[in-house]
Amino acid sequence: MWMTDTLLVLAEGQQPPGLLPARQQMAVSLGWHIVLACFGVAFPTIIFVVHRRGIVRDDAVALGLARRWAKVSAVLFAIGAVSGTVLSFEMGLLWPGLMGRFGDVLGLPFAFEGLSFFVEAIFLGIYLYGWDRMSPRRHLMMLIPMGLAGIVGTFCVISVNAWMNHPAGFSIRNGEVVDINPWAAMFNEGVWLQFLHMWVAAFMVVGLSVSGVYAFGMLRGRIDHHHKLGFTVPFAFASVAAVAQPFIGHVLGMRIHDTQPAKLAAFELAQTTESPAPLRLGGVLIDGEVRWALTIPRLGSIIARNSWDAPVPGLEGIPRSEWPPVNITHLAFQSMVAIGTLLAGVTLLYWLARWRGHDLRGNRWFLRVCVITGPLAVAAVESGWIATEVGRQPWTVWQVLRTVDAASQSSGLWWSYIAILVGYVGMTVGAVLVLRSMARRWRAGDAELPSPYGPIRSETAP
Amino acid sequence: MTLATVVAMAMFLGVILYALLGGADFGSGFYDLTAGNARNGARIRTLVDHSIGPVWEANHVWLIYILVMWWTGFPATFAAATTTLFIPLALALAGIVLRGASFAFRKYSATLSQARLYGAIFAGSSLIAPFFLGTVAGAIASGRVPAEGYGDRLSSWLNPTSLVGGCLAVTTCVFLAGVFLTADAARTGDTELAISLRRRTLGVGILTGVVVFSGLYPVIHDAPTLATGLRGHAFPLLIVALVAGVAAVTLVFRRRYAIARFPAAVAVGSVLTGWGVGQYPWLLVDEITINDAAGADATLTGLLIVVALAAVVVLPALSYLLWLTQTEEWSR
Repeated sequence: MWMTDTLLVLAEGQQPPGLLPARQQMAVSLGWHIVLACFGVAFPTIIFVVHRRGIVRDDAVALGLARRWAKVSAVLFAIGAVSGTVLSFEMGLLWPGLMGRFGDVLGLPFAFEGLSFFVEAIFLGIYLYGWDRMSPRRHLMMLIPMGLAGIVGTFCVISVNAWMNHPAGFSIRNGEVVDINPWAAMFNEGVWLQFLHMWVAAFMVVGLSVSGVYAFGMLRGRIDHHHKLGFTVPFAFASVAAVAQPFIGHVLGMRIHDTQPAKLAAFELAQTTESPAPLRLGGVLIDGEVRWALTIPRLGSIIARNSWDAPVPGLEGIPRSEWPPVNITHLAFQSMVAIGTLLAGVTLLYWLARWRGHDLRGNRWFLRVCVITGPLAVAAVESGWIATEVGRQPWTVWQVLRTVDAASQSSGLWWSYIAILVGYVGMTVGAVLVLRSMARRWRAGDAELPSPYGPIRSETAP
Repeated sequence: MTLATVVAMAMFLGVILYALLGGADFGSGFYDLTAGNARNGARIRTLVDHSIGPVWEANHVWLIYILVMWWTGFPATFAAATTTLFIPLALALAGIVLRGASFAFRKYSATLSQARLYGAIFAGSSLIAPFFLGTVAGAIASGRVPAEGYGDRLSSWLNPTSLVGGCLAVTTCVFLAGVFLTADAARTGDTELAISLRRRTLGVGILTGVVVFSGLYPVIHDAPTLATGLRGHAFPLLIVALVAGVAAVTLVFRRRYAIARFPAAVAVGSVLTGWGVGQYPWLLVDEITINDAAGADATLTGLLIVVALAAVVVLPALSYLLWLTQTEEWSR
């Protein structure tokens, strides 16, 4: 199906040379940045809890966790800041047709996002370098503006994406964009739910990734207060998020029927409008035929419309030129839902068992599952973004601006795409190596991690 | 004064602050690069870590601020610049990404050889980024970015004004960094390091002055509109830049490092303001004015609200950060 979709995209013809590389580059750089953005949004709040515990309960283990997580966030936030900058540049480099025409419609939330990024960067600097240099309580407080900035920043960035799904705050007369109201664009009808969906997802990604690290440690036999606490606090955050997420996703999904029927049809792999509509699990659409899908009657109507028999629109009512790449959209959407459901189940299982007096942190199979929940949460976020972005095609701004018209007309964009690929692979390798070496040195008892070129320490001096 | 002009001024204030604060961070790369081998350079590199570590991300946000103000306030010119200046913008971006990532990686790398690799990338890319951003400024100032976009992808930034802009950006960054680092070294009580940095800062300071003022010669021939402005309204600013630059170098020479930071900032700020005033009222020189390029009034008003919020929310926080890092507070 990848091939079919790629061929379809290529066969469309008459498109600017920048279209395909611009899409690919945006997908890679956004998909890469979103993981780090999750850490920027959720990590300060999680660190706050262990740091506060360390101070209030005089818990040296909790304080030690906070110190380590602060150092980890120094690395993650640095590459998050630069990969976010890449996206800012790409708005203009790849999508001049969007920014040149609609910059003053969609730009205001970006300006507010800039403010929150400022606040986060400033207090990050103070927090990271404030250890042992400020009063402990004031130092702890530095995390609060970071957490708040994460909320505001998520809202603002998602606001722009929600606007692309629900264009508002302007009208088009004679091809001119007029009657611009940036506030109406910012607070478009889709923003609140989409924001909530992503904000909660950030806590799932970070909570499960961090707790997975400590689950791995416990599997290796390092069962102590340090690992138990390092597992439980982020896992608790992730649990609340993972249980809330299916409900948020469901409410969000129900709106798609009214706002983007083509996307819903692709999500559901629906060719014809059916009532009641079945749910097709998996499967692909090949030459107008659904294959290899597990069809469950009625469930489509229940899930997408919250009703026993409400119709789910099919692709038949949509001109062929306005179909999104159906199979990618469908499979990405169902991967997200499947993983999300699984993660909600895993977290529920843990707390139910704990309520009944079983500590699953001692169960090797449960710990093994926990190790992979972090990567799974990342996969769910990526799938979700693929589903919503690919599902909106061929539009960049829903029924207002086609992606062909938004993309750069420049040739040679394949080179910048290759550069991005190489650069991001390099940054990924660098980050993994550095973080692993930090963990190794911590296990060896080196708390402070001085730089290797730093002043010679007394114990290493001859 | 129109709403558009006020927004343009707010955006240009971002350019000045980015050049001063972000510029000093970039310039540190030069001293890191020329610090010598691992043993001899350890103290400078550790000083660079301490000086820019807490502030570089905050200073970097000024660039985001500029981009956002630009595409929201003056959207069509933003698209015109990005389509024309794709190459230098992409190269500047590469420099920014490599600088930030390798700076963080180096600090926590386990072995000296890894630190060496990341350090070389950090230091080299620190100089690449301002150079290409400078060529972008030169392209705009010399009227090579057509209002409808998609200008010549090479000659738009491979020209005398752009090259002067690039060199000027690098030298001012290095000069600012030298003054700040020398002051930091002196504050931490490392007199020996301060003296060695002082020597280099003096050399760079004189070179920067030469680049700024000899750069005027090609610019006058290559960018007539800017040249007219520089000889007119912007002329006093060039005088201020000269006086402040001489004062900064003199103060560094007389080892008054802490005070020297102020005239150094004034000198660089004046050069930049001279560029802004010199090309006023053009946004893209010879192509489109600030007023004609502006987006919807409602959006411009929204941007000014953001600027006002920034003044209330960001400036106090930023001042707190700079107070912590630039005074005795954290030098103990």
